[in-house]
Amino acid sequence: MMVENIVTVIAIFSLSVGALGVLFGALGLLRLGDVYQRMHGAGIIDTGGAGLILFGLLLASPDWTVSVRLVLIGLLLGLTSPTATHAIARAAHFAGVKPLLKTSPDTPIEKGAEE
Amino acid sequence: MSLWFSITLVAIGASLLLALARAALGPTAFDRVLAVNSIGTLAVLAICVYGFFDGRPEFLDIALLYALINFIGTICVLKYFRAGTLGDHVPPEKQQDAQ
Repeated sequence: MMVENIVTVIAIFSLSVGALGVLFGALGLLRLGDVYQRMHGAGIIDTGGAGLILFGLLLASPDWTVSVRLVLIGLLLGLTSPTATHAIARAAHFAGVKPLLKTSPDTPIEKGAEE
Repeated sequence: MSLWFSITLVAIGASLLLALARAALGPTAFDRVLAVNSIGTLAVLAICVYGFFDGRPEFLDIALLYALINFIGTICVLKYFRAGTLGDHVPPEKQQDAQ
């Protein structure tokens, strides 16, 4: 009984922090200034948010078959989303998208190449 | 426990709206691809949490399939942007140019 309570509390904590991580990652995806900076927000969604939410669901799963599927989804997301982000960064780099650069604190931020 | 599932669902829904705004606004095509990739990840999470919220964890199979399709779709769109083709058909005049 006591162990079940502790597991439930850890599951609720993971779900809440994962929901916060997803929210902040999406906020970064909307608010940051550049493709390369926005990848940071997308990475927070893919690792922090998805990992913690899937871990919380794993602790709350009623059956071992459900747990196996959750672990499979977590492994798949952990393999594919860094690969996809890397592919997007490489494609953007070779398409000539310049990152935002700020060489010294006095100079204004140089605008990157549009399209 | 159901309360916490619904709170997580609301947070994922708000994040979906933010990512959708970036997909609509994004100045370059790569912003849109990145936002659509994030939307796919968030949809996988939303399907998982909704399955637990509804007491039907069979939804996880759909989430697994969606994660696969999301990755392959992102790679296909990027390859199409770069090459203009998905690699199956090369016009004969371009083959002669290459030689």
